Amino acid sequence: MDFGLSDEQRMIVETTRAFVETELMPHELEVERSGVLRDELRLELQGKAIEAGLYAANMPEEVGGAGLDTLSWLLYEKELGKTSYALHWNTVCRPSNILMACEGEQRDRYLLPAVRGERHDCQALTEPGAGSDLRGMKTSARADGDDFILNGTKHFISHADTADFAIVWVATGEEDSPRGRRALITAFLVDKGTPGFTVREGYRNVSHRGYPNSILEFDDCRLPKGQILGELHKGFEVAGQWLGATRLQVASTCLGRAERALALATEYAAQRRQFGQQIGKFQGVSFKLADMATELKAAELLTREAAWKYDQGTVTEADMAMAKLKATEALAMIADEAIQIHGGMGLMDELPLERIWRDARVERIWEGTSEIQRHIISREMLRPLGG
Amino acid sequence: MKILVPVKRVIDFNVKVRVKGDGSGVDLANVKMSMNPFDEVAVEEALRLKEAGVADEIVVVSIGVKQAQDVLRTAMAMGADRAILVVAADDVHQDIEPLAVAKILAAVAKEEQPGLIIAGKQAIDNDMNATGQMLAALLGWGQATFASEVKIEDGKARVTREVDGGLQVIEVKLPAIITADLRLNEPRYASLPNIMKAKKKPLDEKTPADYGVDVTPRLTAVKTSEPPVRKAGVKVASVDELVTKLKETGVI
Repeated sequence: MDFGLSDEQRMIVETTRAFVETELMPHELEVERSGVLRDELRLELQGKAIEAGLYAANMPEEVGGAGLDTLSWLLYEKELGKTSYALHWNTVCRPSNILMACEGEQRDRYLLPAVRGERHDCQALTEPGAGSDLRGMKTSARADGDDFILNGTKHFISHADTADFAIVWVATGEEDSPRGRRALITAFLVDKGTPGFTVREGYRNVSHRGYPNSILEFDDCRLPKGQILGELHKGFEVAGQWLGATRLQVASTCLGRAERALALATEYAAQRRQFGQQIGKFQGVSFKLADMATELKAAELLTREAAWKYDQGTVTEADMAMAKLKATEALAMIADEAIQIHGGMGLMDELPLERIWRDARVERIWEGTSEIQRHIISREMLRPLGG
Repeated sequence: MKILVPVKRVIDFNVKVRVKGDGSGVDLANVKMSMNPFDEVAVEEALRLKEAGVADEIVVVSIGVKQAQDVLRTAMAMGADRAILVVAADDVHQDIEPLAVAKILAAVAKEEQPGLIIAGKQAIDNDMNATGQMLAALLGWGQATFASEVKIEDGKARVTREVDGGLQVIEVKLPAIITADLRLNEPRYASLPNIMKAKKKPLDEKTPADYGVDVTPRLTAVKTSEPPVRKAGVKVASVDELVTKLKETGVI
């Protein structure tokens, strides 16, 4: 067993880290305080990311991506994760892997421009009435000749404000299943500007300043059948085949942020003096550091192993669920304790800790809540026993 | 034209250096190592000359422990075409002295016949600032050290040098040795696609014996010690108090 990084992986980490530290982190305070990533800055940083060859690194080489294996890609995600979502997601873009399902002219209209940074996508699954229970979605499309007519509302849709088109999952019928009737789902590519498709400002929330969520409304939005991504009624299948290790991506982002918080806490514990000595000499502080480091390492090993198995084709749903669960919970604990070690200073926005602490909260909710992850893990344990 | 760029693997400039317990040198066990920053500048300059059509091949060479292939891979990920690794030591604590390095580089240069060698002006670990100059002497080539600007035209290099109190512009006939100062350029990031491509670029492994060079040390390190810790200062309330204190301590 080799737990080390290859030369390529080491260089990927170094390049990404250098880019994040020199190009992105200096803008953190501006984005946090104003709540906005200015368009001008976003485009400037996007240009730099493309020039630095960090753009669309999740995509295969044949379409112009870096062609990274899952583990290498996740190491890159971890480094990006050290800065805020607004700054890494909207600048060093990673187009949805699912665009690899584009066929024919869809490739020239959506996939290739997305890899080149000319067009941006967003994914719309969640609805006010369909969160963890995605098949309960109400947004639907009915056939009308060769066209489909979409109606319904999606919400919590990240970066839809800057996207040029949306990948939207909607119900297109029902079928019988062993557990009763269930919805058939189809994925559509919907361009902004299509009549009947509106993007509205979403909710103000605790996490991710400058990285807004939006509400997508479909009101008799007519689409030709050529806008179907994959096949009719096979929306979840196309997601399953192409979406990739998104839970591991969330885990990696959390590892990056947790590592940064831990580094700050460690440095502070070594520098700050109270009662005539470094506070790190007090067991109350040093044991916290030890626990934080242990949690981080455990989460990192789970994530790396799942990534490695992903590339071997042996990963299970539970492997990815464990990594996502552990990494998001470890981040919550580490962010909280890092603030505790800093005392009042930890809550001031001159340090990135209060942001890391706020941003950590959503990680235990999106891409499957911690409860859903535990459900997936336990289901895999109990199913062979008839559970 | 072919450009040869020697690169050294040194302790990373961000690492807090610690002296080994027995004072025999700096502790390098489990410490992050990177390409000497001056050498990164040299690689970048070579890449720019290639992009400008002045050079057509860039060969990077490193002399040291086997792990130095790290920095060669990094140089190839930045854009160098191929690499030569001369494994001259087993222990990271064993530094190869400038004269031995220069002799090996001279032998490599005889084999490779580059039109130009660009090196870092010094390595940040022991600050010898000697290899480039020794190499020029061994090859009988011209040298332009501490370069902050390089122009190649009509078989000559026009080099701006950073000297005490100003800039000096000199011309050297090619082939020549140029050593790079930090202000020569700002090295690029190794892009992810280039990192993946670097894996396929050739890296030849050699030994000092292949070049007939003896790397036995000629220098003995007597003692290594950390710089003295700065004593805490005092705060003064007024200029008068400052002057009094300075007099008291005998500074004025």
